[in-house]
Amino acid sequence: MKVRFLYSEDCPSHEEALKRLRSMLQQEGVETDVEIVRVDTFEQAEAEHFPGSPTIMIDGNDICPIPNAHYAPACRAYVLEDGRVSPLPSVSMIREAIRAARSES
Amino acid sequence: MWELANLKVGDKALPFNLPGVDGANHSMEEYSGNAAVAVIFSCNHCPYVRAWEDRMVQIQSDYAPKGVQLVAINGNDATKYPEDNFETMKSRAREKHFNFLYLRDESQEVTESYGAERTPEVFLFDKTGNLRYHGAIDDNYDDPAAVKVKYLRDALDAVLSGSKLSTPETNPVGCTIKWK
Repeated sequence: MKVRFLYSEDCPSHEEALKRLRSMLQQEGVETDVEIVRVDTFEQAEAEHFPGSPTIMIDGNDICPIPNAHYAPACRAYVLEDGRVSPLPSVSMIREAIRAARSES
Repeated sequence: MWELANLKVGDKALPFNLPGVDGANHSMEEYSGNAAVAVIFSCNHCPYVRAWEDRMVQIQSDYAPKGVQLVAINGNDATKYPEDNFETMKSRAREKHFNFLYLRDESQEVTESYGAERTPEVFLFDKTGNLRYHGAIDDNYDDPAAVKVKYLRDALDAVLSGSKLSTPETNPVGCTIKWK
């Protein structure tokens, strides 16, 4: 399983998001390195297909894809299971993405 | 603790005259008779703003009868961040039933003069136009049910009762202002 964590330094939530990702990988028994990519420029955001910080990609797939996303070094919004908007993906979103990737491999 | 770039607690409000989503221009002077004015630097795209928006609506609803006016100002660069354009401001205000002013600072002059750095970032002025509180709306952007300290509400209560604020300044939490 290839896991990438992309973030912008200006976005306050990236440390918590990375913590959640690592915690879920551990809980799910996935032993893999997390490639951490800092995105600073619009050019980088375009090249990485980065819709905002934080973004978690598992096997090349955004865990929460955004249709017609605008790529920019900025924060992104996640809509949580209860309808709230958050700067962070929920732990269950991350967990489900890990399980889905594992079942496809 | 964050250093205010341009305003310190006790300083006077800086003037502005900006177009609002209601089709009219609004100035700080217009609200000089209000019991308190909370200028909140804001935008459309920022997930922190979006997480706090309903609470902003509720605060305006609760405190409007006491003469409080919230004024949200969006000074983000809409060229690089198209979601922050004026048309999207109008549709966001409609969708979320904004009961406060939502103004566009296209030139970013007002945003820069206040020294705002994040969205949302609150500057609360009392009836004499003095800055009494600067910082976050409360202590939990993520979960309204988990809020322990309601910084802006507490500041409003103190200002309205003529009391001293126990917390005149907090770190604003949110996205950086998107400068041109």
